[in-house]
Amino acid sequence: MINLLVLPLLIPLVTAALLIFLPKSIRVQRAVSVVSAIGTLAASIVLLLTVKDNGIQTVNVGSWDAPFGITLVSDTLSALLVTTSSLITLSVILYSFRSIGEARERFYYYPIVQFLLVGVNGAFTTGDIFNLFVFFEVMLMASYVLIVIGGTKIQLRESIKYILVNVISSALFVIAVAMLYSVVGSLNMADISQRIAQIGSLPILTVIAVLFLIVFGLKGAIFPLYFWLPGSYYAPPVPVLALFGSLLTKVGVYSILRSYSLFFYHDQAFTHELLGILAIITIIVGCIGAIAYWDVKKIIIYNIIIAVGVLTFGISVATEESYMGTVFYTIHDMIVKAALFLLIGVMIKITGTNDLRKMGGLMKKYPLLGWTFLVAAFALAGIPPLSGFVGKLLIVRGGLAEGAYVGSLIVLLSSLVVLYSVIKIFMNGFWKAPKDYPGEENQPVLSLWAPGALLVLASILYGVGAEVMYPIISQATDALVHPAIYIDAVLKE
Amino acid sequence: MKTNDVILQTTSKVVFFIIILFAIHLFFAGHYHPGGGFVGGLMTSGALVLLLLAFDIKTVAKGFPIDYKILIGIGLLFAIGTAAGALVFNVPFFTHVFGDVYLPIFGETSLHTAMLFDLGVYLVVIGVTMTIIQTIGESE
Repeated sequence: MINLLVLPLLIPLVTAALLIFLPKSIRVQRAVSVVSAIGTLAASIVLLLTVKDNGIQTVNVGSWDAPFGITLVSDTLSALLVTTSSLITLSVILYSFRSIGEARERFYYYPIVQFLLVGVNGAFTTGDIFNLFVFFEVMLMASYVLIVIGGTKIQLRESIKYILVNVISSALFVIAVAMLYSVVGSLNMADISQRIAQIGSLPILTVIAVLFLIVFGLKGAIFPLYFWLPGSYYAPPVPVLALFGSLLTKVGVYSILRSYSLFFYHDQAFTHELLGILAIITIIVGCIGAIAYWDVKKIIIYNIIIAVGVLTFGISVATEESYMGTVFYTIHDMIVKAALFLLIGVMIKITGTNDLRKMGGLMKKYPLLGWTFLVAAFALAGIPPLSGFVGKLLIVRGGLAEGAYVGSLIVLLSSLVVLYSVIKIFMNGFWKAPKDYPGEENQPVLSLWAPGALLVLASILYGVGAEVMYPIISQATDALVHPAIYIDAVLKE
Repeated sequence: MKTNDVILQTTSKVVFFIIILFAIHLFFAGHYHPGGGFVGGLMTSGALVLLLLAFDIKTVAKGFPIDYKILIGIGLLFAIGTAAGALVFNVPFFTHVFGDVYLPIFGETSLHTAMLFDLGVYLVVIGVTMTIIQTIGESE
């Protein structure tokens, strides 16, 4: 089956189209969404195994040969990310049943989530720079709807900000692609890489590299382009926040990783140095935010920014070890961030407040929730043997080996801040004297807890099974360190 | 004050069909010349909007009892279905086929599966445009 890698895009797309016909029958919407999310997950796992055994899979869409047509490329990295995104979407859909509310379900919530998955999986899979822009747009259109659906006051205010920022960055994206095309004369990513290697390091390429960094940095929320994120992500309800926080920023990080390893590796003294400096400042800014707030949503949102900083630092070091750490940490962070958002969502549902100072004593009545949260918190901070540890270790070791002492030290220190910020939620939310919360008996705690627990379980397995994952991750890293592998697979030379 | 729009209403009844015919022409022209589903769909929506301007939403809805959101779904299925047809024959996604066929009235005609895809685009464009315009119009 040569079209295997299309399935993780095709299944959600067909589902979304079908769901448009039945907006009012919520049961059907839920059932179809779950079945299709499981199907997408299954297809992406099969894809991952195929890529692992048979090497990089490509499809020349419409039978137009590369580099002239659009090529979809699934290497180990993109297959891994597609699998993770599908797993997260499945959990979020399960979580939405009891939390998103009927009003939103009636207004095309489920089809839009499927469209979002199409965009995210597409961005991870495409091997064409303009097609990447198209999938970014698919993803953004869906996210515009998700951020505004429900129409509360804060959502309307923040969605204007969000849309403005993203429309500007999309315009910059097209400009950057056009500039790149005018220099190298190709849009196929493998072909671009090959041609850049031939013409050497022109100064204009460095300019384009920085332009791409601005575009992807706006989506990925690196300093100083993160300014919109804490406000905008705060507005939508928790399931949407979990999707945004775990998937959207990672698409930005993935794009930086791909473009900086495949195209812009000739002038590392400037581009990667710049990336490294921005990464360090991003971590620091994120840390300040994570400590400062008493609002549980805000604390985890600032933790997204810290993670983006750590990942971009890994990219900026650009050695095999740091790339491996980045890949490891990206997948860990996607899973565990989604889990944390879903778990604090349960806390917010029970207590009816975001404010940590008004919570307390949840451990007494909800021990299962408490321990799950603690495991997720430890995983986020990177305590061995949980999944955050391996990735961070590799990133720091890579940084130290390259002499990036300041950055490595800050990554290490940020782990302490991360630990402090999530343990603060644990201590204030679960410990202290139990309180009574009006309406807590009516909350479906167990069915809200289950999807979060599923992700925490995935995170534990990922951490404990690091030995099993290692060959897969190292295969993913190979294509980043040696662009020739990627180029040969696409252009079949 | 009640405005007198007899001239507008009478003209648009005629012009509507001219625009629709031109839209269909553009749609089929897209086969080998500039045109296609997107511009054809926009032109068709233009004709519908002209009716909306001349009359009002209720009258037009009576004439065309279509839920435009459903139209988006149908269009998407057409487009995806054409592309996904390639899966059945195990050729790369989106691969089209075409050939010359003899049809009774038209004579020698070249048929292309891209036309089905374009039909999907055509329906989606009408659906989206009309949904947007009706949503803006309704709130007044």
